[in-house]
Amino acid sequence: MLKEKYDVIVIGAGPAGLAAAIEAKKTGAQDVLVIERAQELGGILQQCIHNGFGLQIFKKDLPGPAYAQRFIDELAGLHIDTLLDAMVLNVSSERHVYATSRGSGFVELDTRALVLAMGCRERTRAQIALPGTRPAGVYTAGTAQRFVNIEGFMPGKRFVILGSGDIGMIMARRLTFEGAKVERVLEIMPFLTGLTRNYVQCLQDYDISLQLQHTVKRIIGNDRVEAIESVQIDNQRQPIPGTEETIPCDTLLLSVGLIPENELSRKAGVSLDPVTAGPFVDEKMQTNVPGIFAAGNVVHVYDLVDWVTQAGMLCGRNAAQYAIAERKHLGRRVKMKAGDNVRYVVPHVLDKESLAESAQRLQMRVTLPIEEPVWVEVMNGEERVTRKTELYVRPGEMVNIDIPQSAYDAVQRASELSVRIVRR
Amino acid sequence: MTQEHRKFICITCPRGCALDVTMEGEAVVKMEGNSCKRGIDYVTGELNDPRRMVTTTVRVRGGVHPLAPVYTESPIPKPRILDLLAEIRKIELRAPVKFGDVVIENALGTGVNVLASRNIPAKSEAS
Repeated sequence: MLKEKYDVIVIGAGPAGLAAAIEAKKTGAQDVLVIERAQELGGILQQCIHNGFGLQIFKKDLPGPAYAQRFIDELAGLHIDTLLDAMVLNVSSERHVYATSRGSGFVELDTRALVLAMGCRERTRAQIALPGTRPAGVYTAGTAQRFVNIEGFMPGKRFVILGSGDIGMIMARRLTFEGAKVERVLEIMPFLTGLTRNYVQCLQDYDISLQLQHTVKRIIGNDRVEAIESVQIDNQRQPIPGTEETIPCDTLLLSVGLIPENELSRKAGVSLDPVTAGPFVDEKMQTNVPGIFAAGNVVHVYDLVDWVTQAGMLCGRNAAQYAIAERKHLGRRVKMKAGDNVRYVVPHVLDKESLAESAQRLQMRVTLPIEEPVWVEVMNGEERVTRKTELYVRPGEMVNIDIPQSAYDAVQRASELSVRIVRR
Repeated sequence: MTQEHRKFICITCPRGCALDVTMEGEAVVKMEGNSCKRGIDYVTGELNDPRRMVTTTVRVRGGVHPLAPVYTESPIPKPRILDLLAEIRKIELRAPVKFGDVVIENALGTGVNVLASRNIPAKSEAS
């Protein structure tokens, strides 16, 4: 059952979001909710079935799902709410969250602190402007990874992989394991863009050839990819004529970079660094919008999940502390309501402790004129906190009343004060 | 005795140290480039008994996904990898699968168990 207001809401249940939620709860946040787009927790780790996760944090070499499972199990033991299969539609700078899911329908939720942990997405063919026809058989490496590792089917038989990022190299090995032939890995840069260990254990171990300073010149094929034409690149990143090679294949995988996913951040008024494409954050992982925090690949793209977890923990701890401070502070605040013949009162909210410092002035306008003596009364329900008299009141003339310091105790008992103006 | 230089990239951790190894016959006489002692273990392993962790998937019947990811509890000899994959391909599990379930005990007589990497709840269990 969802609550209307949370201490901390986390958007995204990948490694950053799980760590943030767990740490927020451990720090003392009362109600914590994780909202996740997929049908299960864990994020992209669930399709990263290879090992190499957890060496820093657990001193163990774990597969991605096993790394995620540890956090999923811990989360389950902490009474943290989850909303799965859910899409967050909008977020306001006041931390009002609009989401929808099959189970809950459309929901509006408030939170004292919000953690953005939406991660990143892959760059696609369109973003690197690959020339050629548009046949079936061109996928991002991560999409192919999901097909092979979770959904259980192979997207092709003969592959060329563009980009020497980690996902590309890991998929080269994975596809080889499942009986496919990986013809070539092409890298436009003169150096490997993924980790060297992945070159050794994914490509070298299985005699998969890597060509640096090579790229795809065009894709060939109408209904389905039939081949790609590769070309060598010089140091100015220009194709070298005469170096073209046609490589027959039925599938091209792209491992050409990741982009932080910040559409929601933008809607919430979070400003983004054009270099990282993620939010500007301070040492608490707080964005420019007070109470909105961010962690993980949504901030900048990491190469080790252990570091994402650490960023999530830091962020969750600070989000919880923000929420706790906010709750304390809100308990001290009393709303000012317009009662009989009062149109509005300024200020709208009063800090109860302000009376320890000095008397507090309220200003208002009346709805209707009364051309005879009246009481201006500040009430806590039926209990009168203070009053004064006026000889008459008119809408065109603002009315003032001071709450004296002597009313300190009476105000402490109130959660709401109203002001009314009545005939004497 | 003539000395031979060989290069390795240590894959024990993400740092990926480039190792320069000086050998006399079968013996390592000098190593440079390693940041920790695991580099020595790695090269010794690569020379005598190269091993790798293997991760793949196993078919699951009745689960929320048709596959469960699995991994070798510790590295297995490199020449046995393809045999192990063939062995794993013959298996079909029945949901629910629990993280750490032993999928194959003592795989191919290597003394290494193959374990499930995560929970795969049965389809009806999932909300």
